[in-house]
Amino acid sequence: MNKIMNLLKMGWTILSKPAVHLSLGFLTISGFIAGVIFWGGFNTAMELTNTEEFCTSCHEMNDNVFMELQSTIHYSNRSGVRAICSDCHVPHNWTDKIARKMQASKEVWGKIFGTIDTREKFEAHRLRLAQNEWTRLKANDSLECRNCHEFDSMDFTRQSKRAAAQHSSALAAGEKTCIDCHKGIAHKLPNMDGVREGGSPH
Amino acid sequence: MKTLVNKAAKHAFSLAMATVLSISAMSVSNTAFANEKVVDNAPEMATLRGTAPLNAEVTPPAMSKVENNDLKRQRDYPQQPPTIPHDISKYQLDKNFNKCMDCHSRKFADEAQAPAVSVTHYMNRDGDFLGEMSPRRYFCTQCHVHQLESEPLVENEFVDMEKIIRKAHERSK
Repeated sequence: MNKIMNLLKMGWTILSKPAVHLSLGFLTISGFIAGVIFWGGFNTAMELTNTEEFCTSCHEMNDNVFMELQSTIHYSNRSGVRAICSDCHVPHNWTDKIARKMQASKEVWGKIFGTIDTREKFEAHRLRLAQNEWTRLKANDSLECRNCHEFDSMDFTRQSKRAAAQHSSALAAGEKTCIDCHKGIAHKLPNMDGVREGGSPH
Repeated sequence: MKTLVNKAAKHAFSLAMATVLSISAMSVSNTAFANEKVVDNAPEMATLRGTAPLNAEVTPPAMSKVENNDLKRQRDYPQQPPTIPHDISKYQLDKNFNKCMDCHSRKFADEAQAPAVSVTHYMNRDGDFLGEMSPRRYFCTQCHVHQLESEPLVENEFVDMEKIIRKAHERSK
């Protein structure tokens, strides 16, 4: 304990002393440059974990959820605009993104210990995993949907009657948010027994 | 012993005849092909392939739009399962989840304003009512189908039952 305290004290005396040989200008400019490099490097590294290649590099994602995504409209459609994993699953706002990335450290744990490394294990866990995402999207008013799907830009006259009716009432009034009705839009739904009555088998 | 030999001889003869016949048949057909005198007398059949020969590929027609007007269609007979007047592409309908029942179940009729499925969907084959949807009625698209905005491929000669009854009445008068 004493040794550690001594080490800390030594470190502090070095850090608290003013520089003898280096000018203030040099320290300021080099500090600024180093800051830019570190900050940029940090964000670049974090962005790398936001790419589709990174997400689908593990078989848990590639064989299950990515396979399912490929037949949906968010992957293949007439105009060719498409969403990748992080568009929906990682907040775009920086602080929220950091918070989500910190949460994701638990997913690294799951990867290392093979929590969902077989299809059966994945099926056993997927309702819970899906519910995590539904809760998150419900809490942030489907923010990740709204990053692309702007309510103000929706032309109800171009929507089908049923869609226009729901969007102009429940969604407009804020009673419901996207995820309330659009669960399973990009992946297959797990057994919904007990989640949504009526829609699930017994 | 004698009969056995006879039989063998007969077999050999018939085999030889058959060979000769088949060879001559082949040569006939060969010459026919060579002269390109084969006349296709097959009637023009209305199949999904059209009249395209077997060894040719047909360009498929463009895919029709799915009818999505939410207007109920008339049923052609009382037991007919109503058609689906809207797009159901990418609706999940498997053992995990039934997207149709997200709107068409009794529970959500008020918020979805969709016709709730009739009570027959809750009946088992003995006519008993179950608390949940009967497994034999679970897969909606076994009976209910969506419609396409396209012209029918073949003429439909279906006559409504009521028309037949009316005609019978007129005849009896």
